[in-house]
Amino acid sequence: MPRRHLTRALAAALAVPAILIGCVTAPDDAEVSAKATSMLKASFKEQGQAKLDRLDQDDMQKMCSVYAGKAPPKEVAERIEKANLASVKWPADGRFVGDWKNGEKIAQEGRGMQYSDDPKGPVGANCYACHQLAPQELSYGTIGPSLYRFGRLRGYTDEMRKYAYGKVYNADAYSACTNMPRFGHKGILTEAQIKDVVALLMDPDSPVNK
Amino acid sequence: MRAKYRRVAAGAACLFTLGAATALGQGSAVEEIAKYRAALQDGNPAELWEARGEDLWKQKRGPKNASLESCDLGLGPGVVKGAYARLPKYFADADRVMDLETRIVWCMVTLQGYTDADARKGPFGSPDRKADMEAYAAYVTSQSRGITMAVASNHPKEQEAYRLGEKMFYFRGGTHDFACATCHAEDAKRIRLQDLPNLTKTEGAQKAYTTWPAYRVSQGELRSFQWRLNDCFRQQRFPELVFASDASIALTMFLARNANGAAFDAPAIKR
Repeated sequence: MPRRHLTRALAAALAVPAILIGCVTAPDDAEVSAKATSMLKASFKEQGQAKLDRLDQDDMQKMCSVYAGKAPPKEVAERIEKANLASVKWPADGRFVGDWKNGEKIAQEGRGMQYSDDPKGPVGANCYACHQLAPQELSYGTIGPSLYRFGRLRGYTDEMRKYAYGKVYNADAYSACTNMPRFGHKGILTEAQIKDVVALLMDPDSPVNK
Repeated sequence: MRAKYRRVAAGAACLFTLGAATALGQGSAVEEIAKYRAALQDGNPAELWEARGEDLWKQKRGPKNASLESCDLGLGPGVVKGAYARLPKYFADADRVMDLETRIVWCMVTLQGYTDADARKGPFGSPDRKADMEAYAAYVTSQSRGITMAVASNHPKEQEAYRLGEKMFYFRGGTHDFACATCHAEDAKRIRLQDLPNLTKTEGAQKAYTTWPAYRVSQGELRSFQWRLNDCFRQQRFPELVFASDASIALTMFLARNANGAAFDAPAIKR
């Protein structure tokens, strides 16, 4: 059996209730996964703000690990997206856009949440690590798509502002198993910070849209 | 050696001109980085760690006042040449898979009489406190330079370690949902301007694995592969990976075996 199919078959078997975990290969793979997880937990020590509970996976982390970097089957993806979308906390004031200048600072800031970082902050999103944004910044990464002219290309609509907020808050709500962190969901950024990042993407005056 | 230092310093100065270079556009910035990296190859202070490691290796040390010269790194007692290109591997005397550092700890305990805890103490150096372990790693790995990576998967425990390491590579967790795979499972990606090796493919794994340990110019230290893993997890926002832990050995097995077939080329020098 081609390796890709095998991986998919194993992954599918893991995704269904225990009743189906009786076929030849699945228990073995599940066993390895379980052992890898417990070995990992025994191989780390808490350091600074990074406690051992960071190794406790939620449903998204667990399922997306099973599919080993590949897209999960449609029904699993839909389940993850639905659950993550339902957990998005939308701004009480109904406004999605803050200050793009502050958004640019947040997009540049790489510190935050590492055990070597000051727990009092600053905490940034380091958007430029993975995305192109303002054209003035040439030191950008390519793990994520270019966001240059994000608002200008998509239109400065209410719908797009809300989408940008939701995407930064919880990217898995729109794209299960994306590489992008869930900045709001995991408490990395505050509501105000997310609005500032949305402004960087959606404010017509932002350098991103020039 | 002094002339070499001057060349290293000149290379470091190149780094500071990068800011100016980027103004010309990204193409030239990438070129400048390539030039900077080429300049670095000219003189590698890792030699200092290699020499100190060899000296320490042959010194009588520890409660038993013995050297590490009869340490069996997998090719028989006393054989250092080529040993690293076959690690990690299963060791019958310990009945487990060990990477280089784990094996050195084993030899420090069995030959020199150190306690396991003492042998594991302070594995990563700083400017004011050099780590013996990094010197040992520099010496032993230097004795595999030019030798083809040939990590075995004959013993069931070697096969198991590889599979466990592979699972860990894809394990997502922490505040940012990161796994090793987040940054290292696709071709031709970068963080900022830093190229990322695709460690799931032979070419990427070979290029990355065969160039550690490395002297890090930005830190002024020689860094071992154990350090590389430890610092990746720090940036992944995980807690701290314990030195020579089971997970570190399994991950090393996964990455080392993916690099099989390439000539080992370290200690190297990196930014």
